[in-house]
Amino acid sequence: MREKILAVIEKNSRIDIHDLAILLGESEAAVANEIAEMEKERIICGYHTLINWDNTSEEKVSALIEVKVTPQRGMGFDKLAERIYQYSEVNALYLMAGGFDFMVIIEGKTMRQVAQFVSDKLAPLDSVLSTATHFVLKKYKDHGTVLSDEVEDERMLITP
Amino acid sequence: MRDPLNKLISAIPPSGIRKFFDIASEMEGVISLGVGEPDFDTPWHVREEGIYSLEKGRTFYTANAGLRDLRVEIRNYLERHYQVSYDPDKEILVTVGGSEAIDIAFRAMLDPGDEVLVPQPSFVSYVPCAVLAGGVAVPIALEEKDQFRLTPEKLLEKITPKTKILVLPFPNNPTGAIMNREELEAIAKIVIDHDLFVLSDEIYSELTFGEEPHVTIASLPGMKERTVLINGFSKAFAMTGWRLGYACAPAPLLKQMLKIHQFAIMCAPTTSQYAAIDAMKNCDEDVKQMRESYDQRRRYLLHELRDMGMECFEPLGAFYMFPSVKRFGMTSDAFAMRLLEEEKVAVVPGSAFGDAGEGYLRISYAYSLKSLKEALAKIRRFVERLDAEQGGRAE
Repeated sequence: MREKILAVIEKNSRIDIHDLAILLGESEAAVANEIAEMEKERIICGYHTLINWDNTSEEKVSALIEVKVTPQRGMGFDKLAERIYQYSEVNALYLMAGGFDFMVIIEGKTMRQVAQFVSDKLAPLDSVLSTATHFVLKKYKDHGTVLSDEVEDERMLITP
Repeated sequence: MRDPLNKLISAIPPSGIRKFFDIASEMEGVISLGVGEPDFDTPWHVREEGIYSLEKGRTFYTANAGLRDLRVEIRNYLERHYQVSYDPDKEILVTVGGSEAIDIAFRAMLDPGDEVLVPQPSFVSYVPCAVLAGGVAVPIALEEKDQFRLTPEKLLEKITPKTKILVLPFPNNPTGAIMNREELEAIAKIVIDHDLFVLSDEIYSELTFGEEPHVTIASLPGMKERTVLINGFSKAFAMTGWRLGYACAPAPLLKQMLKIHQFAIMCAPTTSQYAAIDAMKNCDEDVKQMRESYDQRRRYLLHELRDMGMECFEPLGAFYMFPSVKRFGMTSDAFAMRLLEEEKVAVVPGSAFGDAGEGYLRISYAYSLKSLKEALAKIRRFVERLDAEQGGRAE
């Protein structure tokens, strides 16, 4: 049941438990219980809203920063990651395989703010060897969802 | 001037769906639960193959029977999914949708006066196609008490010395009924005993929601040689507009079907055929996800319909629900028309699928949950109004 719950709410976290239970052919109590369990086990870590900020008057800048580091003795990647993700500007942080070590995704109000974060906070960290900052120009698709206008149902009204 | 028309075709009434379509299309803001096609787009990797074939300039005719690569993939697919094996060189024909396959199968098999048994409610094409091929269509009225399955008794009742073909339309449009292995075995025995042939339209074969997967009657002992198996890409792969289906039949029969196809059609659309190769090879996971999504909406629609007091048997196939409106004392047509006029919700009256569909509606759940909810709220309001008019529910 867990997989099925997750498959549905991954795309629609606002579905109410009543409907979800009917969709899955389970009792409401069982579904609610399973969700509570998964929250406790940190399988479900939050319920967020996918916002296309470009359609608002709010100014937002996103950037991806590739970070190369030297992990220090007694202080592996995880410790260093912790020092980075504590910053509220950091939206996501991944440890990567390949040409660099961390991918930091940050959101700021202006490019200047992002630049300041990199030069004042990220780059000076002891273990950080280098950073490369890439600004996002446009988001087409995020979290599996195409951000452009809703597609209309183009099917004919009635077909055999 | 002489009458330019053929009497046979003039006598065939237009599809009952047409009338509703015309009225609904004239109205503004109609919410439809009336379509017989998936709400999904064709998986992108399949579309991409179609686009690629155009880029490569593959814009010529294919072999009459269809691209050999496609026929090989159809063979592989049928073996993998339904444990039935056909020779891609002699027993598989790629057609313009399952509909063409129905037409040419009848034309290749029927002599004037031959009877075709058509279980109803069922897809609108069987009767006209049988008639146009010179046959006599004999409906078998299926009933809700049998969950709209074809029973041996009902079949035996209609068999005469002139009976030649039995149409087997399962999983069924419009009822959503399916038939399992045991039930098919009972039918197969009668078919063999009476030396009949079966036209098995399995276009919804990937959309079954029971414990057991779909069984094709062609896989039962002694049946492959007397079955035309029809399937296609429209429903399972959300490819309705590509117009692509296929027929599998014993070589001597397929040879004659191919002849008609060759003269009337030439070959199925080339772009569609290239895309379909990918559908046959790489779509199992997409189909699984679509099936799960239909299944969820199926449960939701059934729950809601029953909750508002509509009687409805649980369909285990296709993407339709077939609730009864008999308790409202209205014909399907009258109910559907009032629902359209008063709530602007379009459904299809069951009577469009044969007399046996009278008293029922076909409601499709190939819609997003959001659309279903919106339409169901309106249907609920309508049903409550009818109940109030009738002075409470006649339970």
